[in-house]
Amino acid sequence: MADRHLEPDSPELRARWGGWAFNPAWEAKAKAAIARYPAGRQRSAVMALLDYAQRQIGEETQTQGWLPIPVIEYVAQYLDMPVIRVVEVATFYMMYNLVPVGRYHVQVCGTTPCMLRGSDDIMAACKARGMHLGHVSDDGLWTLTEVECMGNCASAPMVQINDDNYEDLTPERLNAVLDALARGETPKTGTQEPGRHTVEPVGALSTLTAMVGENHDYRGEW
Amino acid sequence: MPKLKVDGVEIEVPAGATVLQACELAGKEIPRFCYHERLSIAGNCRMCLVEVKPGPPKPQASCALPASEGQEIRTDSEMVKKAREGVMEFLLINHPLDCPICDQGGECDLQDQSVAYGRGASRYHENKRAVTEKYMGPLIKTVMTRCIHCTRCVRFSEEIAGVDEIGALYRGEDTQITTYLEHAASHELSANVIDLCPVGALTSRPYAFEARPWELKKTLGIDVSDAVGANIRIDSRGREVLRILPRVNDDVNEEWLSDKARYQVDGLTRRRLDRPWLRKNGKLVAATWDEAFAAIAKVKPAASIAAVAGDMVDCETLFAAKALLGALGSNLLEGRQTGLKYATDNLAAVNFNSTFAGIETADAILIVGSHVRWEAPLVNARLRKAAKRGAKVFIIGPAWETTFPATFLGEDVGIINAVPDEVRAALLAAKRPAVIVGGGGLAKGALEPALALYSEVHSALVITDENEGWNGFNVLHMAASRMGGLMLGYAQGGGIADLGAAKPKLLLSLGADEVDYAAFADSIIVYVGHHGDKGAHAADVILPGSAYTEKAGTYVNTEGRVQFAEKAVFAPGDAREDWTILRALADALKVSVGFDSFEGLRAAMIAAVPALGIEGLADYGALPTGVSGTAAGVIAYPIKDFYLTNPIARASETMQRCSAELLHCETFAEAAE
Repeated sequence: MADRHLEPDSPELRARWGGWAFNPAWEAKAKAAIARYPAGRQRSAVMALLDYAQRQIGEETQTQGWLPIPVIEYVAQYLDMPVIRVVEVATFYMMYNLVPVGRYHVQVCGTTPCMLRGSDDIMAACKARGMHLGHVSDDGLWTLTEVECMGNCASAPMVQINDDNYEDLTPERLNAVLDALARGETPKTGTQEPGRHTVEPVGALSTLTAMVGENHDYRGEW
Repeated sequence: MPKLKVDGVEIEVPAGATVLQACELAGKEIPRFCYHERLSIAGNCRMCLVEVKPGPPKPQASCALPASEGQEIRTDSEMVKKAREGVMEFLLINHPLDCPICDQGGECDLQDQSVAYGRGASRYHENKRAVTEKYMGPLIKTVMTRCIHCTRCVRFSEEIAGVDEIGALYRGEDTQITTYLEHAASHELSANVIDLCPVGALTSRPYAFEARPWELKKTLGIDVSDAVGANIRIDSRGREVLRILPRVNDDVNEEWLSDKARYQVDGLTRRRLDRPWLRKNGKLVAATWDEAFAAIAKVKPAASIAAVAGDMVDCETLFAAKALLGALGSNLLEGRQTGLKYATDNLAAVNFNSTFAGIETADAILIVGSHVRWEAPLVNARLRKAAKRGAKVFIIGPAWETTFPATFLGEDVGIINAVPDEVRAALLAAKRPAVIVGGGGLAKGALEPALALYSEVHSALVITDENEGWNGFNVLHMAASRMGGLMLGYAQGGGIADLGAAKPKLLLSLGADEVDYAAFADSIIVYVGHHGDKGAHAADVILPGSAYTEKAGTYVNTEGRVQFAEKAVFAPGDAREDWTILRALADALKVSVGFDSFEGLRAAMIAAVPALGIEGLADYGALPTGVSGTAAGVIAYPIKDFYLTNPIARASETMQRCSAELLHCETFAEAAE
C-alpha cells in the first residue's frame, strides 16, 4: 500500500484526459446516485461517481480502469465540491486505481489467514508469470497488487481479479484461472475447491454436529 | 448543567461541554494534539484519554465525549497514565528524533507532552516512516516526516479560512497531509496553520533557523497592516524583530493573524530611513539632524503648514503633530490620503459599530464596496462564521472570491440608493441586520445612502433580548491610524483636496505614502517616516522616524477600540521616535507644544480626547438621523495587491514573493539542497 501514489500531473496527462466526461450510460447512473441523497448533499455520491468514472475509463481502455487527475477534477466539479476532498476519498480506498492498470488487476490478499493458508505461494506464482507488484505486465494484461483482508478468510487464500473473487487457491488452481482469463474465457468465480460451493465446511462437520439434523441446545453442555 | 466529579471533586459544567472541557474547568490539564477549541472535534490523536464511569472499562477520548450528569472522571489513575504513555509511544514511533534541528524545538507540544506524559524511552527498533516534503508556498515550510496527523491544518483551512486546499491523502500509516498537487496555500490566513501545528511539520519558512524561542524578547504590540488592530506579540532579539505572532483576543483577532501582519516584519530592516536627508538641487543628500531642522526653520511657515498622516501612525504622533500645527496656528490636518471626504462630524457613522464579535451574530449583511478578504482578512473570517450560522450576505461591488455563500448585486454603487426588494426584505426580516461600507463604497459616496438604508431597517427592528442595543451599521476602514486620526481631527470637509487648495508653505507628511504629492508641488514637504517609499521620494526633507515595533503608541481600530502597543526594539541608525522629532521641530520653529516627555504628551492627548486614555471601545454616541444622499459610480476596490499595501510590506522580500507567486502566479525554482 505504501507505494500508492497519484499519477503525476503532466501536460501529456492533461492532453489525454482533459476533456473527459461521463458518457450517457454512466451519466445516467451518476445522476441516479446523486438522486439518492437530499438536494444539496450531492457530495455524498462521491464514492459512486469515482467508481463510475473508473469503470467508464476501464471500458474505454479495456482495463480495470483508473482515475487520472483531470478525471478526479471532473468529478469534483460535477459534485460542486473542493477537489482536495475528492482526492482524499480517491486515495483512501484501494478500490480506486490511481495509476493505469492492466486488463486484469490481480489483488492478492496477504493478511494473516491467507498467509497461513499459503498466500506466499500464490504471490510467487503470480510473479513467476511475469507480474511485478504495482506494475502492468509487458503484455498489458496483468497488474499485481498485494492487498489487506478481503473478508474471504474461510476460503483462504484468495485473489480478487477485477470484480470477482477466486478462493481456495493453490498455485495450480490460480494458474488455471489466469490462463482462462488470458484466453478470454470466464472462469468459475468463488471457491476453486472441487465439490465446495461457497464457504461451507470442507468434508464432514467437526463442530456443532448435533445441529445438522435439527436445532440443538448446547447451553447445558458448556 | 450536569454535575460530575473530576478526580473526586464535584463540579458543575455548562450543558454541552465535553469531558475535556469539564476537566479543564476542574483545573486538570489534559494533554491533547488534535483538539483545538476553535476547530471541530476530530478525536484522532487519542492523547486526551481519561477514565470515565459509567462507561466501558477502558480509557476514553475526553475531547469527543459529552460531559453528563453523574460522571466520575479520573485523570490521575494508573489506567490514564498507562494510556497516555502508550499513545505517546505510538505517536513517537514514526516521529523523527530531530529536535535539535527542528524550528519547533522549545515551543513544541509534542516535546513538552512527551516530557510530561511519555515513558522516557522507546522500545521501537524497526524502521521509521519517512514522508517527502510537500510544497505549501512561500510562507509554510514543511517537514512532513514529523507530522502526527492531527489534521488541525486541514480543519483550519476548511472551517476557518473557508478555502479547501489542505487535505489528508492516503490512509493509515501512509497518511500524508498536503495541499492539492502541492500548490501553494494561497489565502490570507494561511500561516495560522503554523501556529496550529503541534509539532514541527509546518513551520515558518521566512523564520526558518533564525532563533530559538527562549532567545527572544516578547513584546505586546498592535498590528498596523490593516484597521483590525490585531493583537500581536513581537518577538525580537537584539535590535531586530524576528517574527510576529498573534495574541489571543476574542474581541479582535481571536487567535489568528493575517499573513501580511505576520510576515511583513522582514521589511522592517530593508529600505529604512536611518538618517535625515535633504533635497539639494533636486537630489536627496544625507544630512545631520541640525541641518535638517535648520532647513525647515528657514521656510518660516507660520500658519501656512499642513499635516497629512499615513496609515500606520499611532495616536501620540498624530497628537504631537496636531499640537505643533496648533501652536503655529494651523488646523490643516488630514489622514485620508487617497482623497476620501466623507462627513466626520458624527464618528458613530464611520465606525464598525456592531464590533467584530457582533458581526458574527448578524443574520443579514449587506457589504457595500469592500473586498473584505483583502481589506480585513480577520473580519472575513468573522463573516464566514456569520454565514455558516445562516446569515444572508449581499455584496455591492465587483465580484471577488468569497469564502462564504454571498450574492453579488452588481458593480454599480447606485444599487445602494434603492436596494433590490430581496435585499430589503432580508434586512427587514433580520433580527440583527448589518451594513458594512468599505473604502470602495466611501469613495463613491455610499455612506449617506447606506446610513439612510440602515436607519430605515433599524427603525423597523423589533427589539427583543436578542438584539437589545444592536447597532449594525459598520464602516470597514483599511488604515490602522484612521479612527485615531478622526478622533484627533485629522479630517477636512473636502478631504485632502482642502490641504492642496490651501497651498501650505510646509507640508508635514507623517509616513504618508499613498498621497498624490503632485498637488503639493509648491510646498516644502517634510517626511517623517521610516521607509524610503513614495512619501520619501517626494520629500524635500526626510526626518527618519520609527516603525510600529519601535515606539509605544495608542491605536484605535475600525471598531473604535483603543489599544496600547509597547516598544519592542530601537529604531535603526539616527532614526528617532516620531513624537521626539515633532517636539524638536517645535523648537526649530520656535513654538511651544506644551509637553516634554512621552508621559506629558500622552497626558495632553488624553486631556484633549479622553477616550484615548481608556482601553476598549470608545463611545461615539448614536448614529446620525435624517441623513440622505445618493451614490453613483462603479465601485473600484482600493487594494490592488493584498501583500503590498504599506511601505513595510512593500520593502519585505517575503511579501514581494507572496505577491509574485500567489497573486501573479510566477514560479520560483527551489534552491538545490
